Amino acid sequence: MEETKTYTQSDYKSDQAVRWCPGCGNHAVLSELHKAMAQLGIPPHEIVVVSGIGCSSRLIYYMNTYGFHTIHGRGAAVATGIKVANPDLTVWQVSGDGDGLAIGGNHFIHEVRRNVDVNMLLLNNKIYGLTKGQYSPTSDRGFVSKSSPYGTTEDPFIPAELVFGARGTFFARSLDVEQTVSQEVMVAAARHRGCSVVEILQNCVIFNNGIHNYVSERANRPEHTIHLVHGEKMLFGANREKGLVQDGFGLKAVTIGEDGYYIDDILTHDAHTQSNFLHQQLAMMDGHTLPLAIGVIRDVEAPVYNEEIEQQVADVRARKGYTCLRDMLLAGDTWEVK
Amino acid sequence: MLDNTDIKVLDDVVVRFSGDSGDGMQLAGNIFSNVSAGVGNQISTFPDYPADVRAPQGSLGGVSGFQVHIGKGVYTPGDKADVLVAMNPAALKQHAKFLKEGGVAIVDIDSFKKRDLEKALFVTDDPFAELQLKAQVVEVPMTTMVKDALADSGLDTRAMTKCKNMFALGLVCWLFDRPLSSAKHLLKNKFAKKPAVYEANAKVIQAGYDYGHNIHASVSTYRIESESIRPGRYTDVNGNTATAWGLIMASEKSGRPLFLGSYPITPATDILQELAKRKDLGVKACQMEDEIAGICSAIGAAFAGDLAATSTSGPGLSLKSEGLGLAVITELPLVVIDVQRGGPCTGLPTKTEQTDLRQALYGRNGESPLAVVAAASPTDCFDMAFEAARIALTHMTPVVLLTDGFIANGSSAWRIPDYDEYPEIKPPFVTPEMKGKWHPYLRNEESKVRYWAVPGTEGFTHRVGGLEKSYVTSAISTDPANHAKMVEARRKKIENIAHDIPALEVMGDAEADTLLVGWGGTYGHLLSAANQLNADGRRVALAHFRYINPLPLNTGEVLSRYKTVIVAELNNGQFADYLQSQFPATAIRRINKVEGQPFLVQEITDGVIKIMED
Repeated sequence: MEETKTYTQSDYKSDQAVRWCPGCGNHAVLSELHKAMAQLGIPPHEIVVVSGIGCSSRLIYYMNTYGFHTIHGRGAAVATGIKVANPDLTVWQVSGDGDGLAIGGNHFIHEVRRNVDVNMLLLNNKIYGLTKGQYSPTSDRGFVSKSSPYGTTEDPFIPAELVFGARGTFFARSLDVEQTVSQEVMVAAARHRGCSVVEILQNCVIFNNGIHNYVSERANRPEHTIHLVHGEKMLFGANREKGLVQDGFGLKAVTIGEDGYYIDDILTHDAHTQSNFLHQQLAMMDGHTLPLAIGVIRDVEAPVYNEEIEQQVADVRARKGYTCLRDMLLAGDTWEVK
Repeated sequence: MLDNTDIKVLDDVVVRFSGDSGDGMQLAGNIFSNVSAGVGNQISTFPDYPADVRAPQGSLGGVSGFQVHIGKGVYTPGDKADVLVAMNPAALKQHAKFLKEGGVAIVDIDSFKKRDLEKALFVTDDPFAELQLKAQVVEVPMTTMVKDALADSGLDTRAMTKCKNMFALGLVCWLFDRPLSSAKHLLKNKFAKKPAVYEANAKVIQAGYDYGHNIHASVSTYRIESESIRPGRYTDVNGNTATAWGLIMASEKSGRPLFLGSYPITPATDILQELAKRKDLGVKACQMEDEIAGICSAIGAAFAGDLAATSTSGPGLSLKSEGLGLAVITELPLVVIDVQRGGPCTGLPTKTEQTDLRQALYGRNGESPLAVVAAASPTDCFDMAFEAARIALTHMTPVVLLTDGFIANGSSAWRIPDYDEYPEIKPPFVTPEMKGKWHPYLRNEESKVRYWAVPGTEGFTHRVGGLEKSYVTSAISTDPANHAKMVEARRKKIENIAHDIPALEVMGDAEADTLLVGWGGTYGHLLSAANQLNADGRRVALAHFRYINPLPLNTGEVLSRYKTVIVAELNNGQFADYLQSQFPATAIRRINKVEGQPFLVQEITDGVIKIMED
């Protein structure tokens, strides 16, 4: 009997020196990706990691898998081609907020809409790091940067909102500092059939240091984040004494035992329900008035683009009496010249 | 008009169908050319349709035409028509200039009422005199006759009028002695799912034919000579379809599955549509969200080991430039098809030009060489698509295949080839022995071609990308000397392809002093022009290029044999400049046309004569 090989995190590490700045949130993400891959146990040569341009896109060079560092914003389109060409490959895609949502915004929404079976890591640091500090499409209104010295005059994208707008089937979120959650959502993303988007709020230590501190600081995390797990009550707080309840068309944070709320009133997370209404409500919580949701927020089944193509090819081929070009041509309108 | 039935035996004849874009002129023309091919004629067709989907009925902007050239020695759709069918005054006005002096104009006189004439901006009530038409005009009450023929059909007037094109076709079939049975057979296939529509059209085409027979005393009829052509099974194919099939042939000959990433764009969309149909042969054709995604998905498929292609036209190629650069630096096989149209920008989407040559050769940042080939005719699109794929897969490079709106939409009869007529394609895959010693930019030192490791292959995981890499280790490198070495390796790799393509052939009178030079889709016109000049005693040799970068190895030697070298092309001299830059000693003369239209043979012969007499 063939032995099933097990892999460790070092099997997925390349020999290249990692060149991100010391303290960059990407180091942790890379490490969690190595661990998630080891947990999934897929051989490195059956994995392709695709990226665009930006600090985060350098990640592919640090993977001992097949890797493709493409051009700015186009990782999604390249990943689509790879997955359609060879559906047996496990395809990961790494993008930053600029690469994925500005120059690559069009490809992003279409990849999600098609539900291509690609696992996408969207590393969101709300800044352009590689070009040294311009605002990004996820920077908050009024954000001061080198290209917005008086503050931006535009509203940001909220990645989850784009994913749901494009009828995404999987959305999860983590923080670079939440290593266990990161690994958990990466594994869930890989196991999801279809396009999985994992947003990781990541700190740029040089150009946007501390932008996520209001949720990511250890002291802030219990009150400002909530870890959602399918089938479990939506609880948060230092002693998990708080929870989320539905309040009219919205959500409300309550303390159990106060104002007449009991544990039974707290919502139970259902990541698998087709309706994305509550998923979107949860994903839009920003960590200020309601805690920022991390974990798998949405994970539903839907037809998968690359699988549908395979199926259509098989169905059409089964119906036809020919298997090669010449026979196809001879079956059409032809005439004989003697 | 002639008094008696006069059967003329002709080598070839040109018929032009014209009408409103909703009148079905393309269908009538297509059936006529297919029926002619079926009786052994060579055919060449040229659809000339308006850019607007539906301009107002009867207006000058809404006229659609379809020109068919049948007979022997047919290499082009013909400069001018022997017979012009005009379904309304606008069609007559727009297309009268394409009718030979003394030709036949067949008009639907029911559509020549005062109001129709006004719509076509005629100022008098005699459109023929106003156009100074020197032709036999056959006035046929087509609308009335069609209505009569379909009186018992139960169809409404609108549905009846839609059959008018078949009346015209029936009449033209009679005129040229075409068998109506095969026309009806084609109609039956066309309307296989709508038997009532087929019945009506069949009735009308018969009525048109009978009408021709009944009035035969009033017009000359023709018999067309057939060419003795190579035996085999033939089909009718346009350039875009042939391009799609050529890629499939290359896929079968290389064993690599075919992937197309594309985005609809006139006049290249048919390639996407044909390959979308060919899921029945395992082809995966993805209509992506834009041109960039078209090429990038193809690059992804190439990385994954497919024969990958993207199809577009000029403006789309502009959008694909950065993607092409990625394919150049990652040295992945990729076929990019540019069906050229009039430019710049949106330009003339439905018209033909050869103005993208420079874009194909140079339209990228950095030193970014790639292979460029061009198809010479609708059927040559098959061969050159195959060649583009063969070069891409063998030499690990993107290849741009240039066709144009004229050959893409034009059609001719094509013999279905046997498999042994095309070579096996063997990509330079890594071998198990290379394990441990291989890195992605390890090259065959002679050809400079790198070895291809396809994801899924154990022992060959690697990373490639748009950043410059080390010649030795394939890791990211900004070393100045390394960059120079990689630039040189990529250049040499493309240059070396010259050893893997056929030599340039000289046609016409090879011993002449004058060499006429062309490239791509003008072949038919240049060959006709050269034949005509030689027949008239003006000695001309012809060299037609299909391999543009690199050029065939004997190019310089061929050019050096002639006192006068004339490059004729549908642009302002892009190929002439390119040749001149490589062969500065050759004094290159030029014939250029940039009107969004193919050459007329006469424009070339006139141009050559003028230069010869200089």
